[in-house]
Parts: sequence; structure tokens; C-alpha cells
Amino acid sequence: MSQFIDIGAVEDIPQRGARLVKSPLGEIAVFRTAKDEIFAVDEWLPGKAGPLSNGIQHDTRVTDPMRNWVFDLATGEAQGADEGRVRVWETRIEEGRILITQQIMGELRAAE
Amino acid sequence: MTQKIIVIGAGMASGRVLETLYDNGADVDVTLFNAEPRGNYNRIMLSPVLAGDQTYQDIVTHDDAWYAERNVTCRFGERVATIDRTAKTVTAENGDVLAYDKLVFGTGSNPFMIPLPGHDLDGVIAYRDLEDTEKMMGLGEGNKAVVIGGGLLGLEAAAGMAARGVDVTVVHIMGHLMERQLDEAAGYLLRKALVDKGITVKCSANSKEILGENGKVKALMLDDGTELPCDLLVMAVGIRPNVALAKECGLAVGKGIHVDDQMLTSDENVLAVGECVEHNGAIFGLVAPLYDQAKVAGQTLMGEEAAFVQKELSTKLKVTGCDLFSAGDFAEGEGREDIVFRDPARGVYKRLVIEENKVVGAVFYGDTADSNWFFGLIKDKTDIADMRETLIFGPAFQGGEPQDPMAAVAALADDAEICGCNGVSKAQVVAAINAGANTLDAVKAVSKAGSSCGSCSGLVEQLLSVTLGDEFVMPEKETVCKCTDLTHDEVRKLIKMKGLKSLPAVMQELTWSTPDGCHVCRPALNYYMVCEWPGEYADDGKSRFINERVHANIQKDGTYSVVPRMLGGITNPKELRAIADVADKFDVPTVKVTGGQRIDLLGVKKEDLPAIWYDLGQAGMMSGQAYAKGLRTVKTCVGTDHCRFGTQDSTGLGIQIEKAMWGAWSPHKFKLAVSGCPRNCAEATCKDLGIICVDSGYQILVGGAAGLDLRETDLLCQVATEEEALEYSCAFYQLYREGAQYLHRPYKWISKVGLDWVKEQIVEDADNRKALAERFHYSQQFFQVDPWAERARKGVDKHEFEPLADLTTSKVAAE
Repeated sequence: MSQFIDIGAVEDIPQRGARLVKSPLGEIAVFRTAKDEIFAVDEWLPGKAGPLSNGIQHDTRVTDPMRNWVFDLATGEAQGADEGRVRVWETRIEEGRILITQQIMGELRAAE
Repeated sequence: MTQKIIVIGAGMASGRVLETLYDNGADVDVTLFNAEPRGNYNRIMLSPVLAGDQTYQDIVTHDDAWYAERNVTCRFGERVATIDRTAKTVTAENGDVLAYDKLVFGTGSNPFMIPLPGHDLDGVIAYRDLEDTEKMMGLGEGNKAVVIGGGLLGLEAAAGMAARGVDVTVVHIMGHLMERQLDEAAGYLLRKALVDKGITVKCSANSKEILGENGKVKALMLDDGTELPCDLLVMAVGIRPNVALAKECGLAVGKGIHVDDQMLTSDENVLAVGECVEHNGAIFGLVAPLYDQAKVAGQTLMGEEAAFVQKELSTKLKVTGCDLFSAGDFAEGEGREDIVFRDPARGVYKRLVIEENKVVGAVFYGDTADSNWFFGLIKDKTDIADMRETLIFGPAFQGGEPQDPMAAVAALADDAEICGCNGVSKAQVVAAINAGANTLDAVKAVSKAGSSCGSCSGLVEQLLSVTLGDEFVMPEKETVCKCTDLTHDEVRKLIKMKGLKSLPAVMQELTWSTPDGCHVCRPALNYYMVCEWPGEYADDGKSRFINERVHANIQKDGTYSVVPRMLGGITNPKELRAIADVADKFDVPTVKVTGGQRIDLLGVKKEDLPAIWYDLGQAGMMSGQAYAKGLRTVKTCVGTDHCRFGTQDSTGLGIQIEKAMWGAWSPHKFKLAVSGCPRNCAEATCKDLGIICVDSGYQILVGGAAGLDLRETDLLCQVATEEEALEYSCAFYQLYREGAQYLHRPYKWISKVGLDWVKEQIVEDADNRKALAERFHYSQQFFQVDPWAERARKGVDKHEFEPLADLTTSKVAAE
């Protein structure tokens, strides 16, 4: 089972808000929904969409601020007629803290 | 041989253990300790006691006679001091040492008290036992109480005290009430019901300190400085399993006392039941699983095989007379769809969450009659594909009519004003229809409704449809988005008529089909309420596009541009130096002069924004709102100050107008210009509002555009003085702000309502013009706050600008 890293408290992100996490694999947008679910996806779909942490969140979706693409936060898939997918990173909530998969550390950590 | 059993705690679970034993004729000798000076009573019925519907006697489950008949040794008001598990003895507070064969923990839970400064003052209580209840019952008319916690217990405490005439305020940290059981829409309805009972509800409110006087509570202070005076403060923010004694005697304890399926702890002679236990990682608060545990524990004590199984749970509650139900998993997610039913007239909200043609979750408010049927569908994982169309109506209505999109209009009161221009009520429109006016034009002719600006035409058509039924065919119309069947005009009018002041309120009362809207409707609704309720509506940043949320313009690489305001396009060396300094300090790659006569700093990193704003603010500059659907700039020429052709002080007038208008939000961006003579150097004839100065006064021009569409302005009128030019300009802006559809520039709006109608409102009707200008100025007192200063100096929305974590520079400790 993969390891997890503590990146902050659930309360650090407002409901329907998002914050950025800078990782060795690039920028990751971490979302908190109206129901306090946490999702993490890549901030950018290069050449197509992003920065997604700046979008408007509704349900478990986010609308890209530049081109209005709508992405599902659970799968990373673009909705409707648009085709594309952002990487999704596994997260969990434990005692009010947000944990994210250590895979975001890339080879830096995998080598240890 | 008679088993010696010692039970610690006379709660609902341990009471049920005793019943199980005696009902099955077990040969036992029981000693029952209880810290409270009384036996078993039905704790969940404390609320009716508080409300005065029942008395303590009514809720006692086991009275003295019950214990006496069964020879139970009652040690009420006595605590257990220590336990020796090797010797199998319990030592009471008074030193008595009692031996046991089996020991049962039923120590329940402790209310969690937030360690705020002042939490130990007299008059700060939890809501847990009869003593707490009695303290609340001691209050009445003229007393004030504050309840911290908007969960079930907190709300019951609030409602109970309110019923006794106490002035109650509920303070809840989350955005809506009972967030564990309810979604936002149901939370809104619950809040409304409480407010109707005279209870003040403050959500998203953080408590900071409890203030006291002579050791007694006086008020609660919130972190925004608000003080809420109170005679009693009730904390109902949650419970923690009471594990202290279990821990002391060395039992395995996590969040609660660890038990297996037989309710045995890590010691085979010790059992535990109720709120103090942890089973497979779960702890328990509702009564149904506690009774299951008690039954299993009783059977284990009697040597019978039994196992406790956690079941799918539903919560059906009555909070202060409002019926609530929630079950299953009602979070949104991939592959999940919602079926939402809203009946604003009855205050009913129902939401089903569907996944792969099965109901996986449900939230009901106001009507829970069919909840068992829906709970059955969840438990049995029934395939609902065939009844999906009418599923939401419950078991009796399979095959019934689908939801009525006209419900919101049908629910309007008779005296609701349909046509604001001509003051026509719903009753008058319906009367006209019943008198034979069966088309929109006929209603217009008879009742005058819809005959002026026409923005209420949609509502009139809906009334025709509601009144005439199939005889009236609704024309096709453009709805706001797929979340609603209403148009922009209809939504706006209904927000005003029904006094809707929050997003959940709009979505419930206007029967939105999605739980929380989409990126199309949310910004529009937010604007409509910003415009309609200045000072009352709390702006929802999460419903604004990114530029307005962070007060800068996003660029394609994710950096931002910063444009400080330069009133009338006038600047000075101090401002220019400050701009040059920040450009150096923050490595701004591009500095550009804009078409609106100001300076744009492009390529600023998001996290640098507050610091740049701070420096610009030091030089006296504020946001130019170059990102806003709102007032942008007033472009000017130099006018009589310097120009030999100038007829008036165009720069001075431009500055006056910009001073009056900055900070205002509108349906779309709003650009102005003032030219000092008809040569029109400020290009006023392609602005949303332009003024051209002439010898005899000021020509006011409206509805120009120089974007995707190119359009020359039309002359609204000519006025003689600067004061009039300002008043007419503000009146025009307000008329546009109040009337235009979100994202329509003035020229689009004018083409809909007609220039003649705009002239009637502003030029011909002086009273109306003054009223419009007054409403504008009233609104401005709430919006003329520099958003940059709030963020740079007061730390507003800090989370928008700082990354949550940076894992690229430092090593982070894993797990």
C-alpha cells in the first residue's frame, strides 16, 4: 500500500475552495467540496486547461477558468464534448488532516 | 451458580443489558454504579422535558421498584475509584471493595468542551444530563442564551429554550446546520424554520472567548469581534467516549474501549456497551446500534452465542418540529446522479443519490412519510430503472405526474408584485386572465403588466399557464442554465419578490434541479443578490470567476496582471515611482499603458499579489478593478485646464464620476469617458456611458460598444450642470445594474427594453431618476472598500494566494 504525506488541515481550504500544492511532479490542485470531500488533481492539462485551482467548483466538478472545460474531480476526465484527463492523486482525511499519496514526490522518494 | 455482575454506568445501553438478562431469567446478582444520582432514564427524551412537553418522571425507564423487584444493588451518585482485574475486584469511592465474576462498562461519553478562554465560568454548560436540562429550564422571558454547536443536540437545546421565551442565538462553525446529516439545501430550510421561531442563527462563526463578570458568564465573543450577551452558554459540539477508567485499569483503548463482536474487551471477563466502545474502528451515538450491542452483551453474559453487526443506518429526526431524514451516502461523486424535488410552498426538499440505477443515499426535509420505503431501496439495492421517472414521489405515486416547473410561480402570494414598472400584483394579473385575457398581449393591454420594460413577460406567461392550464401554450424561452426552467428576468424578479438572500435560498425556493448549481448560474445569482440586497447579502466568492475572486486578471500562464486605479487617467510622480519600484522589486516582466488610461503590470505571480498591493497601497493607490464585471475606468481628455478647444472641465467631471462609481458591481463591465468638446479625444461615443461637453452643457450618451460588436452611443439627453451630469450618470448605471441580464452590456440591454423606455425612466421621470441615484449611492457605501487593502493589510482570503504546501524545496516527514 502506498504511503501518505500530510499536506495540511481540511480547515485550511474553504468549502468549495481549492489550494495549490507544489510537488516535484508539478503543481497539484487540492479541492474541498461543499460536503468536505477532498480531491487532488493536476493543476494543468498542458496546452488545454488550467490552472484548475482557480476554477469554479460545483458538485464534484470544477470548471476551468480559461476555456470553461468541466472536469470531474474524482476521475480527472473532461466532461461533455471535451476530451482530456488530468491525473488524479489519491487522498484521504484522517482526524481533520489531509493526506496525499506519496507518489506525488516522484522519483525523489521512490529512490529511498 | 449465581454470577456476580458489576455494571458501571446506568445509561440507555447498560439498562438494556439488564433487561436482556432479567427477561431471560438469568441467575445474576447485579450491582449498578452510576455517577448521576439516579437510575436509568431515556436520555434522548431530555429535549421534550426541556421543551416542557414531558417531565422527568415520564422518561424514567427503570424506577426504584424495578430495581427492588430484581434485587439490583443500586449505588447511585457513587463513582468507581479503581478496578483490579487480576483480583477481579472493584473499589468504590468510599473504599468498599466488591468482587465480580463479570464487569460491564457502560460509562457512556463526555460532552466535549471547547477550551475557549472562560469555558470554566459559572453558567457555561453542556447538554448531557438532567442537571444541564434543569439549568436551561431555569431561564425564561427576558433571559438570553447562546448555544455553540448547530448539530442535533445544540438545536434541540436552542428550540427548547426558545419555547420558554428565552432569546436564543445559535453559533455554528460550519457553513450550514447539521452538516453531518443534511446537505446545504436542507440546512437552509432548517435554518429558516429556526429563524421563524425567533432563534438567531449564525453559521460560519468562530467563537473566540467567553466573557464573564464576577465569575459568571456574560457574553460570547466571536473572532470578528461580535459580542453575544448571554445568561447561559450551552456547548453542544460533540461527545467523546468516556474511557478514563478503562484506560486506568489497562484495557485496550483507542477512540473508545475496544470490543469484539461479542462485546468483550481485551479482558474476557470485562464487557463494554454503548457510547464508550469502539467496534471495528467505529464509535456510536445513535440509540439503535446501542440496543443491538446491549442485547449481544446480555447474551454473551448468559453464555449464548451472539455477534454484534454494524448495520446501514438511517437518521430520522424531528428537530424542533421539522421532519428530517437522511440515509446512506449522499456525497456527490463520479457516476452518481441526483434526483431533486423541491416544493417551496410546503418547505419540502427531497434528494436521492443514484448510482448504477440504485439508490445509494437520501436526504429529506419537511416530508419524511415515505422514508422507510426509500431506506428499503437503499438496503436492498433495488434496481430503480423502471420507476426512475416518478421515483421521487414515493411508493404511492409510481406512474404519477412529473415535477411541475411552474411551482415557484404558483407558490407566490396574491399580493406579490409581478410588474414593478406599473405596480401590478399577481392577483391583478390572475384576475385579468380570468376575465378573458388569454394571451400575453391581452394581459398587457388589460392589466398593464409587462407593458413597460417587459422583463416580467416570462412571469406573466407562467401565470397564464398556471391559470389556464393546457389552454395556454408556453413559448420557448432561454433559461439561465440547465439547472432551472426559469429565465434571468424571472429569477431576478423572484429573488426580489420572495426576499431571497442566499444561494441555498434561491435554489430551494426556485426549485433548482441541481444541489448547488453550476459555473453558469452561480455567478449570475451571486450578482443578482449583490445588486438587490446591498449590505444584507453576503457575497459568495466561490461563485465568482477567478479574476473577481482574487482581484486581478489571470493570464494564460497562470500569472496575473495588476492595474491600479488612476482616477480620470491622472497620475503623479509619487504613484509612478511606486509603480516602477514594485515592477523592479517583483521582477514584473511587462509594464504596459492600457487603453483605459492607466498602467498594467503583467506577469505577476499569484503569491506576490498581496505584497505588490501592499506597496502600491503605501503610495495611496487602490485596485483599478480592471478585472471586474463592474465599474472600470472613466477616460478623459484634458478639457479646459490645458486644451484650447475645451468647453468644460472634462477631467474634473471624469474624476468626480469615477470617485462616485468605483467599486460598483454590474451585470458586465462598465466603461465611461468624458470628452471636453465634440472632437471627442476621449472616444466617448463608443463607451457604455459617454459624456461630451459642449458650450451649453453636457451631452449624455449611452449604449456604445467597441468589442466583439461595434456600436455608437445614442443620445440620452443633454443637461446643463455637472451635478446633473453626475446624477443622470448614476441613475443610468443603477437602472442598468437593476435591470440587465448578467453578462449583458448596456447596449444589449437597451436593445431589449428600448431607448424610449430608458428615457422615460431617467429623463422624463425626475422622481424615479433621483430614486435610482439614491439607491446607487446607498449601495456604494457597502462596495467602496478597496479589495486590495483588505487582502494586503487584513489578510482577507489569505488561502487564495498561498500554496497549501510546497514539497519541492524541503523534505517532508512521511506519514
